[in-house]
Amino acid sequence: MTLFAAFLVALEALRLNALRTALAMLGIIIGVAAVITMASISTGAAKRVEEHISSLGTNLLIARPGSNRMGGRRGGAGTSESFSEKDVAAIKTGVYDIAAISGVVNASGAVVYGNTNWQTGVQGVHADFHIARAWGVASGSPLTDEDIRRKSKVAVIGQTVAEELFGSQSPLGERIRIKNIPFEVVGVLAEKGQSGMGRDQDDTILVPISTARTRLVGREGSVAEPVQMMFISVRDGADMSRVQDDIETLLMERRNIKPGAQANFDVRNMSEFIEARTATQNTMGMLLATSAAISLVVGGIGIMNIMLVSVTERTREIGLRMAVGARGRDILVQFLVEAITLCLVGGMIGLAVGAGCSGLVAHYAGWPVLMDPLYVILALAGSATVGLFFGFYPARRASQLNPIDALRYE
Amino acid sequence: MSRAIPVIEAWGLCRHYQQGSQAVKALDGVDVTIMPGEFVAVMGPSGSGKSTFMNICGALDQPTGGTVKVAGRDLSTLSRDALADLRNEVIGFVFQQFNLLPRTSALQNAMLPLRYAGIGGAEAISRCTRALAQVDLASRMDHHPNELSGGQQQRVAIARALVTGPQLIFADEPTGALDSATSVEVLKLFQKLNADGMTIVMVTHDADVAAYAGRTLHFMDGHIVRDTATERRAAS
Repeated sequence: MTLFAAFLVALEALRLNALRTALAMLGIIIGVAAVITMASISTGAAKRVEEHISSLGTNLLIARPGSNRMGGRRGGAGTSESFSEKDVAAIKTGVYDIAAISGVVNASGAVVYGNTNWQTGVQGVHADFHIARAWGVASGSPLTDEDIRRKSKVAVIGQTVAEELFGSQSPLGERIRIKNIPFEVVGVLAEKGQSGMGRDQDDTILVPISTARTRLVGREGSVAEPVQMMFISVRDGADMSRVQDDIETLLMERRNIKPGAQANFDVRNMSEFIEARTATQNTMGMLLATSAAISLVVGGIGIMNIMLVSVTERTREIGLRMAVGARGRDILVQFLVEAITLCLVGGMIGLAVGAGCSGLVAHYAGWPVLMDPLYVILALAGSATVGLFFGFYPARRASQLNPIDALRYE
Repeated sequence: MSRAIPVIEAWGLCRHYQQGSQAVKALDGVDVTIMPGEFVAVMGPSGSGKSTFMNICGALDQPTGGTVKVAGRDLSTLSRDALADLRNEVIGFVFQQFNLLPRTSALQNAMLPLRYAGIGGAEAISRCTRALAQVDLASRMDHHPNELSGGQQQRVAIARALVTGPQLIFADEPTGALDSATSVEVLKLFQKLNADGMTIVMVTHDADVAAYAGRTLHFMDGHIVRDTATERRAAS
């Protein structure tokens, strides 16, 4: 008997017991649907992280002052102070393989154009920000060193801000007011899209760091010319971790921290930065995937149960088949194919249900989900394996029956 | 023409088993030879060993002693698979309860042995059509068992037994589930098949049924107590 013929016989046998078939498949359907949903959620999250990393640039380092949270640390002034303009200069000149470095000071406030206003983040940056973040302008011109030196009141605005304030009109050369200070729009940034954390990166305004310090940010702390964080891009082909170590060493020295002591600042490359945020998410994903896999096993046990019932119920049929010439192998194949078919059909339905659930999650929870085509193959191969594994014992039992005992079974 | 090989040759055939504390001798030393073309009735009261004899000769059960050759092949030397092939190619079975697959057409039921013989497609369909024509059911090939009368169902089962072109048909109480009129139909069909050269071994407890055969083996307590040639009941 060919495999295809066995498959048709199996389909027929399953069709004849439609309700039982459906109930037996339920476990597999739920298992596969759970695995698919969990997998697409994890993949969606991973993909989002990946996109964030690449949107920031893989050769980017971010330096930020640490917090005072650490126990046993001096809490006095200066322990967690900002970086300064001098730190930026020191790194620029003191560390090899730096492609660009830009300090950042953050401000926020209402931005007004005519009678339209928009609440957004304003970043005071160096001209090298465009290089460090690999983020140029779509129209107009970027910030220049000249702008920084002169503390010019110019702004480069993000796409979202441009749309909110100007609609379809060109913002170039227009005058906007940030915290009541007039700025001239000289450029519009290229579109960057959502960040890994779901923040709209295009909802921002860049102004010269010097202008921001004097006009937009109130004087805080004791540091002259403070810098809240630094974006540092490393030259292509350079050793990221070496540059990272050099910057850390340099900053430790400048902050009078002994080598080996706890630093009160962070230098992270992007993947580390993201990893810290996604570690929890990954653990959750693993937990969900494990519980989904367990439900698949439970589904398999359901299949085994049904197949054992089916073998017992059809013992006389098995006897007849043996009487007309079925070998043990024919019977084994028949019941194995039946179990696998049961699981495969269940797997396909589970796949559809899983895709539907992923869609619902994406729609209602707003989580990014991603169905890899590979999952289709994995789900089908997985459910076929469950069928093979849990169908083998009942099928083997059927194939080893003695013909006369099977025929006479009551 | 050389001497024909016996279809069944048994010497000292025994089948003993333990039931509780009691040793049961279902067969206790049976010697018999059945030649091609015979129509043999195996008769006896229940528990006399007639069904056990058929099951062992039909390769469905194994003897605990003695030897049996079917179409010249010693069954004790054959593997499980070889026995399955023998049942497929050499033997056809007809059972009291028909044992048809439910919700499956007469044609598909008759085709079942061919599936295991690896014969499919047009060849299988033409063989089944021929076998169903032999039992006068050519017009009901698409009917399911529940749409057929008892006699028709048994004829489908006979067609299933014929489809691989066996040398021998075993019939176990083939009329046991039929009324007397349809029983006669089925028995006449066996006579017709026998007249065309088919060897038939039929187990029955009914002397009227056995009267259709050409030879009767009388079983009692695991032995053959009488082996008689019967005058065949003429087709009336």
